[in-house]
Amino acid sequence: MRIGLFVACLTDTLFPGTARATVRVLERLGYDVVFPREQTCCGQAHHTSGYRREAAALAGRFASVFARCDLVVTPSASCAAMVRTGYPRLAERERRLARVPRVLELSEFLVDVAGVTDVGATFPHRVTYHPTCQSLRALKVGDRPLRLLRAVRGLELAELPAAEECCGFGGTFAWKNADTSVAIVADKVRHIGETGAEVVCAVDDACLTQISGAMSRLRGGVRTLHLAEILASDTGEVPR
Amino acid sequence: MSPAPRPGAGAGGAGGAPAPGAGYPWGHLLGRGPRSPRAGEPRFADTARASLGQSAARTSRATAAAEQRADRRAGRRAEPDWAGLRRAATAVRERALADLERHLTEFEKRAEAAGTRVHWARDAAEAGRIVARVAAGTGARDAVRSSSATAGELRLDAHLLRAGITVHETAVADLIAGLAHEPPESESRTVRRHDRAGARAVLARRLPGAATDLRADPGALVAVAREYLRETLLEAGTAITGANALVAETGSVVAMETEGNVRMGAAMPRALITVAGIDKVVPAWADIAVLARVWARSATGAAQAPVVSTWTGPVEGDGPDEVHVVLVDAGRSATLGDPVGRQALRCIQCTACLDVCPVFERTGAAPYGSVHAGPIGAALAPQLRGTASAREASLPFASTLCGACAEVCPVGVDIPEILLELRARVVDERRANAVPTPEALAAQSAEWVMAEERRFARAQRAGSRWARLLARSGRLRRLPGLLGRWTEARDFPVPPAESFRAWWARRRRALLLGAAIRPPRAGPGASAQRPPAEKPTAPPNPMEGGPPLADPGDGREGGTP
Repeated sequence: MRIGLFVACLTDTLFPGTARATVRVLERLGYDVVFPREQTCCGQAHHTSGYRREAAALAGRFASVFARCDLVVTPSASCAAMVRTGYPRLAERERRLARVPRVLELSEFLVDVAGVTDVGATFPHRVTYHPTCQSLRALKVGDRPLRLLRAVRGLELAELPAAEECCGFGGTFAWKNADTSVAIVADKVRHIGETGAEVVCAVDDACLTQISGAMSRLRGGVRTLHLAEILASDTGEVPR
Repeated sequence: MSPAPRPGAGAGGAGGAPAPGAGYPWGHLLGRGPRSPRAGEPRFADTARASLGQSAARTSRATAAAEQRADRRAGRRAEPDWAGLRRAATAVRERALADLERHLTEFEKRAEAAGTRVHWARDAAEAGRIVARVAAGTGARDAVRSSSATAGELRLDAHLLRAGITVHETAVADLIAGLAHEPPESESRTVRRHDRAGARAVLARRLPGAATDLRADPGALVAVAREYLRETLLEAGTAITGANALVAETGSVVAMETEGNVRMGAAMPRALITVAGIDKVVPAWADIAVLARVWARSATGAAQAPVVSTWTGPVEGDGPDEVHVVLVDAGRSATLGDPVGRQALRCIQCTACLDVCPVFERTGAAPYGSVHAGPIGAALAPQLRGTASAREASLPFASTLCGACAEVCPVGVDIPEILLELRARVVDERRANAVPTPEALAAQSAEWVMAEERRFARAQRAGSRWARLLARSGRLRRLPGLLGRWTEARDFPVPPAESFRAWWARRRRALLLGAAIRPPRAGPGASAQRPPAEKPTAPPNPMEGGPPLADPGDGREGGTP
């Protein structure tokens, strides 16, 4: 089985550690992933901002770049959701979307394809988990990330109050409606604080950019990490 | 009153002109010029800023929303098969909309046979004229109105005031809002913006007959409001109601409520006028059985609405002498013509989506600019009124697309899908302009960059270099231009010197050469930001007050003290 890695443009640029951690986890489990270097962007930001023509072009590009993969794994839940729920809406504009490879978010791949919840990670810290909207409602990953976290050695999982509420990012919403976006994330940050966790993790770097952006400005003292970075840790450290 | 001439009407619907809506009973309502754009009204974001500053209202909204969410969750759990009920309700609404023409024709026939006068209104102005004419005909100067989203949408009160008729609100929350000179919320039932003290202050100060030492407890407040409302209801010549549904097979009106003011309003005055959108008609009473159930579960969580009123024309010697129904289009038939947007007309106004919306909870109804607020408002208002004005064009973007609304909608309206469709519509309308917007230029440039991996890699390197020059203590405190709204209240991560694709390429080269991976040569400005990739990290030592974890060398900063 040829497994392609789609890292997402945001992760590639801002959070390469997430993608490196994803590679490390997959390789540790014995999977040899390929990274088609022609990959750029899935078109999600264009699609959700109303730029369908541009989104369709990028979606078509994605489909042809990953055409030779049997399966694509990505650490970005919202990109996986874009491919699975957004691409069908663009299919009439773009003939290359007639065939789109199956795309799984990392936790889906680990639990459903690899069939593991214990990936051999050690992370002795108090961690809370924010279920991102696209992972929760579009992909329906359910408790897969939590099952993975519960199997991490030393990890103390703290329940996040009002966990299923959006972080307020919403792509260009964070700019177009910046005040409302900040009002929403303020409550998310407050709830994270209430958990007493050292780390908040999620399966999407976009949402984590929003949460860490607000916490950093407030000097909130809670670290944001992608789930992959915790799962890649075998020493209790965040690996490079 | 008989309806206006309706070319193309009739069961067969074999209309003359191939205009949109031809063949519908309200076919004549279309094509008489554009719906009036209300240019110049502020965008959602501009009004939201003010709403966000009203802390008391926000707190009470958040509290009310949390209570409502809990009530509804309990209600849905109490249903043995909520998913099945939801599918049934969706099917009921879809069946009604799919054959609206026939149901409307049937409703008109049955209602007129029962003595109800059925009127057709193309838009708000026409509906206003009809209602004002009927109200004036009673000879009384006062009318009572029970909260009706359609009446609010059409701004009927203003039309009536111009005709010399004063309209009195009869829902307690609307009464208080009216006394406080606040614009009516979309659904006062769920939006308890006034805490007890606030409600007490408004009632004590403004309600005729209220004692100044009125106690701030719900019983006392409702009692004083009730006293006043009973008098008003007894004196009014006209009652104006909305409808939850119109039943075609008998020509009946169905209204569900929590307070009982519709019931009393419908019983007392001389003339009873129901103003309803054409989307409200359903074929049969069997449909009401399903809709009433999901409405109650989704509106309050209860198994049934506290008060359900139904009426079918006037009854000799009992209740109103005249019963009218005004069927209003006001953009609905155009909405019905949109393959994606039409599902918004399934809405049964339960308000469940409002109470799960992260945006609505913070901003309240005001920034939406009409009674159609919250997620469904953002999906419906731009369809009913068009996207010509700045406000309506901004509404589809007033959502994080989190999907919580679609999850709770009892009639399966995929609100995010509609919003995406409307966003594309707004963008495409702007593409027609000679001068592209800065946003469009940015979107097109981004697509051009992403269309070629070399361009993307080059942009990554350039962006990272600039960002690291502008960074202060490992974060961006201010982004330039269009991006600047982010950093008004949030930091932005600094991209590390080496992107993932660069790391991958370096690793591949190293593997091919069989050599150890060497750290990248640090670029200008990179040295202070990022340690070499292979440097072992210091073990975390929370006791020293340092960061609990080693820095992964990413742009993500989690609040290093």
